[in-house]
Amino acid sequence: MNYQPNERGYWGEYGGRFVPETLVSALDELTAAYFVARDDGDFRTELESLLKDYSGRPTPLFYAKRLSETLGGAKIYLKREDLNHTGAHKINNCIGQILLARRMGKKRVIAETGAGQHGVATATVCALFGLDCVVYMGTEDMRRQELNVFRMRLLGAEVREVDSGSKTLKDAINEALRDWVTNIDTTYYLLGSALGPHPYPLMVRDFQSVIGKEARQQILDMEGRLPDYLVACVGGGSNSIGLFHDFLPDESVKMIGVEAGGSGSKLGEHAARFIAGSGVGVLQGTKSYVLQDNDGQIASTHSISAGLDYASVGPEHAYLHDLRRVEYVSASDDEALEAFKQLSKTEGIIPALESSHAIAHLIKIAPEMPSDTILIANLSGRGDKDVNTVAGLMQRNQE
Amino acid sequence: MSRIREKFAQLKRDTAKGFIPFVTAGDPNLDISREIVLKLAELRASVIELGVPFSDPMADGPTIQLSSQRALLNGVNIRNIFDLVSDVRKKTEVPIVLFSYLNPLFQFGLEKLRDEAARIGIDGILITDVIDVEANEISDMLAEKSLDLISLIAPTTSDQRIEKISSLSKGFIYAVSRAGVTGARSVSSSAAESLVTRARKYTDLPIAVGFGISTQSQIEDVWRYADAAVVGSAIVSEIAKSNDSSQTVQTVEAFVTSLLPQVAKSST
Ligand SMILES: Cc1ncc(COP(=O)(O)O)c(C=O)c1O
Repeated sequence: MNYQPNERGYWGEYGGRFVPETLVSALDELTAAYFVARDDGDFRTELESLLKDYSGRPTPLFYAKRLSETLGGAKIYLKREDLNHTGAHKINNCIGQILLARRMGKKRVIAETGAGQHGVATATVCALFGLDCVVYMGTEDMRRQELNVFRMRLLGAEVREVDSGSKTLKDAINEALRDWVTNIDTTYYLLGSALGPHPYPLMVRDFQSVIGKEARQQILDMEGRLPDYLVACVGGGSNSIGLFHDFLPDESVKMIGVEAGGSGSKLGEHAARFIAGSGVGVLQGTKSYVLQDNDGQIASTHSISAGLDYASVGPEHAYLHDLRRVEYVSASDDEALEAFKQLSKTEGIIPALESSHAIAHLIKIAPEMPSDTILIANLSGRGDKDVNTVAGLMQRNQE
Repeated sequence: MSRIREKFAQLKRDTAKGFIPFVTAGDPNLDISREIVLKLAELRASVIELGVPFSDPMADGPTIQLSSQRALLNGVNIRNIFDLVSDVRKKTEVPIVLFSYLNPLFQFGLEKLRDEAARIGIDGILITDVIDVEANEISDMLAEKSLDLISLIAPTTSDQRIEKISSLSKGFIYAVSRAGVTGARSVSSSAAESLVTRARKYTDLPIAVGFGISTQSQIEDVWRYADAAVVGSAIVSEIAKSNDSSQTVQTVEAFVTSLLPQVAKSST
């Protein structure tokens, strides 16, 4: 089985490049630069040394003994992406892409952000290399991820508010794309998930696949065998594909992607692209599953977590879904909130609300599993950024 | 001969240049939108570009974004747009090109769209976010019913690409005047002229220039080196400004009349 896209960036029927003509030359330039860099020893050395010395990789694979015992089933391991510099997996991709931007001679970097973790990671690497940084963020996300807005500004980035549409990640991407077509000669667009036009889904996947490479070696060292299950939350799909990718050829390893079930199953109440099903479409440069109405207008979405609140999903996931190589499920806002609290209390780890969706699902499935089952969940980020949101919700729930 | 080709042939015979207005279908509502289209035809539009509203218009600036939103608030969809064009076709033979993002068309079904569009007298379709192989496939499919897929070129398009795009183009070529989103700009750009000059090496098709054209002098400038000027946001913002919708058609008429250089008004 081949999990590489074709030369036009398609996994099966998903992916490709659906962009205005103005962007084509920049995407061609980016693709060429990426393929050269990928095979260049100097690039790899620089990337690996920054991942190690700047971000603190490898991140630990932690046996969550108390959680495993409390749930009374599978042995649960947590891949601690939250222990990366800046607190989430997003930095893996940012380090890779910023090195590429520098090679391409770009001085200005733009990015979109939902939860703010990608924005913070982009602002961070721009500070590290002294590049100008503009981050687009929906006003709804700025409200709920206020702390990250402050961090980005502290890091020297300009945060531009996006007040159009649903005022969330999708709208921030639209605005970043508009900036890019306008400033195409000077600007590098540092896209934060395995989304968008080719080569982004491939490139982001490659930079994130360090997660699965490490996890594979770590579990072999600790358990002497491969895991039975991998579980990760799926927003655009970067932390999940990062964990899954290296295990895809291993048929014994089952994989579960957890989408945002939000507050209900009606269109607009969730971000479960695979579960609730409104089919395939084209959004923001790529063909994939899209939440939309009958007229092809993109639906609004809802999730307690800004990072999962997106109407489409990376094209490689669409492909893996159709192949049934990965199973996609959803966890609701309430389940994620419970998981957030439970992991905090049982392991002393406060997870991001995004990652809490993965934890919520393993809380559902682990108790049913025999005790020799090994399960790895990706803890994509830490929850400090969400503490205000959760405090507000807990207060409201008490009233 | 297709209406688009016929129109450009006629312009050539008259040594005249073309004026291509863009409006979003259903903005401010379907009835007035239909009247605006008829008025534009009367004002000697060479081709009318009719925007299909989309929730996520990533290549558009604020003016057309808002216009799209107004139309969507009215629940405008492709069926309504077909009805609008059917009505318009009873009164005018002006070539009409749908201007859309792919997703609304894709959900409608591209073949069904082609068949209905051809039946009611739409002449071409321009899809902002389709390029290369996908564009060629759609172009061939539309051609079976004599619909033109209008191709875009941009200042960032390489000569090699221009050559390829031109060889597969139908109707006319839309040259984007500058890197950026749609929207009125006061400056005229020399990037557009050099783009048109580059494209001339590869094609005899008419070339229209658009993006950012909002004044008479810009139109005159475009007419110097290209075959037609596209005016979008400038007209759309007139529609937005007229908050009394009974006045909208007159407002648009007054604006377009003031915009058009004398040559166009006298050429028949
Ligand atoms: C901690 C964390 N996890 C997960 C996500 C979801 O994105 P992806 O699916 O690309 O990993 C985000 C996005 O903002 C995030 O911040």
